[in-house]
Amino acid sequence: MSDLTRDQLTHLAQLAHVNLTEEELDRMSGEVSKILDSVAKVQEVDTKHVMPTSHPIALTNVYRDDVVGPVLSQHEALTGAPEVEAGQFKVPAILHAEGDR
Amino acid sequence: MTATTTLTFADAVAHFEPVLGFEIHVELNTATKMFSQAPNAFGDEPNTNVTEVDLGMPGVLPVVNRTAVESAIKLGLALNCTIAPRSEFARKHYFYPDLPKNFQTSQYEQAIAHDGWVDVELDDGTVFRVEIERAHLEEDAGKLTHMGESGRIHSASYALVDYNRAGVPLIEVVSKPISGAGDRAPELAKVYVQTIREIVRALGISDARMERGNLRCDANVSLMPKDATQFGTRTETKNVNSLRAIGYAVDYEIRRQAAVLSAGDPVVQQTRHWQEDTRTTTPGRTKSDADDYRYFPEPDLVPIEVDQAWLDRLAAQLPELPVERRRRLKTEWGLSDAVFRDMVNADALDVVEQTITAGASPGAASKWWMGEIARLAHAADVAVTELGITPHHVVELETLTTAGTINDRLARQVLGHVADGEGSPAEVVEARSLAVVSDDAALTAAIDTAIASNPDVVAKVQAGKTQAIGALIGPVMQATGGKADAGRVRQLLAEKLGLQA
Repeated sequence: MSDLTRDQLTHLAQLAHVNLTEEELDRMSGEVSKILDSVAKVQEVDTKHVMPTSHPIALTNVYRDDVVGPVLSQHEALTGAPEVEAGQFKVPAILHAEGDR
Repeated sequence: MTATTTLTFADAVAHFEPVLGFEIHVELNTATKMFSQAPNAFGDEPNTNVTEVDLGMPGVLPVVNRTAVESAIKLGLALNCTIAPRSEFARKHYFYPDLPKNFQTSQYEQAIAHDGWVDVELDDGTVFRVEIERAHLEEDAGKLTHMGESGRIHSASYALVDYNRAGVPLIEVVSKPISGAGDRAPELAKVYVQTIREIVRALGISDARMERGNLRCDANVSLMPKDATQFGTRTETKNVNSLRAIGYAVDYEIRRQAAVLSAGDPVVQQTRHWQEDTRTTTPGRTKSDADDYRYFPEPDLVPIEVDQAWLDRLAAQLPELPVERRRRLKTEWGLSDAVFRDMVNADALDVVEQTITAGASPGAASKWWMGEIARLAHAADVAVTELGITPHHVVELETLTTAGTINDRLARQVLGHVADGEGSPAEVVEARSLAVVSDDAALTAAIDTAIASNPDVVAKVQAGKTQAIGALIGPVMQATGGKADAGRVRQLLAEKLGLQA
């Protein structure tokens, strides 16, 4: 039985940029623990002779030649932007400096 | 804000041993991006070098750039690394608008190259071996411009994002902790970055222009008491983007941390920012649990497998590396350590080599480039190669000098005029009538005048004080506007005064 603490859930919410109320934190630490338990069943499988894999198909070395292809126009690129200025995506002020992440 | 206390550098390194570590990001000069076919180009209109992949659109499929992988393998080989037979890409998660996917595609558990080393040669010739932890492939992020009244980040009201740089291939080279440099730590820092820069240039995999951000350095610094074996708490100074600044940043962090530790306080583990104007670092974000990037394997990309045949093929393409080239040239040219080192520091190896190839002797090429041309460059505050003087000019100048058409003094004058854009040395000599006076009749007249107007000197010479003849050469040179060959004048004077030539 995994026991996700309230602190761990708070941390997780911060990482995901999700605001949770006190009430939600209380309720969800229990709920998320249950989800973790369900997923933890996978760990019962004996993987001693299984190579870790990140891809379902046993492919390696899929590459592309270094040749320029079609790109979006600036207009197309910015179509989905909530706000645009000077050909760029306009985003809210960011509190920390670039490279400070 | 109160001013930060620092110790003097000498005090700091007398009590503490600095430990350094570097992360260098090298932007590759491939034609396209790491995972998309968009051009990898600098200075274009914003958001014109982007595809759906670079904008993190749903459902897109990245495909790896083969050339970027090969560049990483070449750099790994040049840094004496082991190339991983198999490595993967991973997602590094963080929320920041410079990457619209909310993750950076990077490598995590297994880097494509690991456990290498590079020899770094300090200014006095001391060789310091820096061990390389790993070199991995990843992608660059977009460029943010913070907008607001003061233009400063903390008071910015919004930011503009250009994704042209998002997805540009990067190799991150991570060093192992470097200790034992002592008071040479700032110099080592600078020369290490310089060494990596010249290697990637020699490999032709990056333009490595620091002012454009092609090569960016994060410098980790910590201190430990002289007799300690346990490393101290480190700070990471971000984006120190010139070679000079790297030395200063390390120097400053050593002095600052020494003051903190000497006052009995702990060093705070944090990111710091380099301030070019004050040559100090200022605190950035304190390292915290926000550095939880939740890496996981990138499911859209398949592993890279490097077999021996691929490795051999790339190894065969490696050019002569800068350190080997320097050793070879130094031997071939037979120059002294000091002269050769000055040449390296002046970034003049290429131009000297071209001058020698064009026909000058190593001694002559070195004499002009490191002599009068270096002096002109210093006065103009530019590199020796930026004066407009070419290897062919130097060869021509040397030919004119050897043939006796001009003497050294005139040659220096000619170089000044060549730098001013007056043409080749031969053209300058012609246009300004600078050739030495070799006409004995003209010289004889000047010599007769000198003898006639300096009877006391003549008396001395004839009384056996032959060195006094120098006092007669001066007036002759003056009379001919410096265009006489001093050796010839001396000879003619000696004949006139009846001395053994």
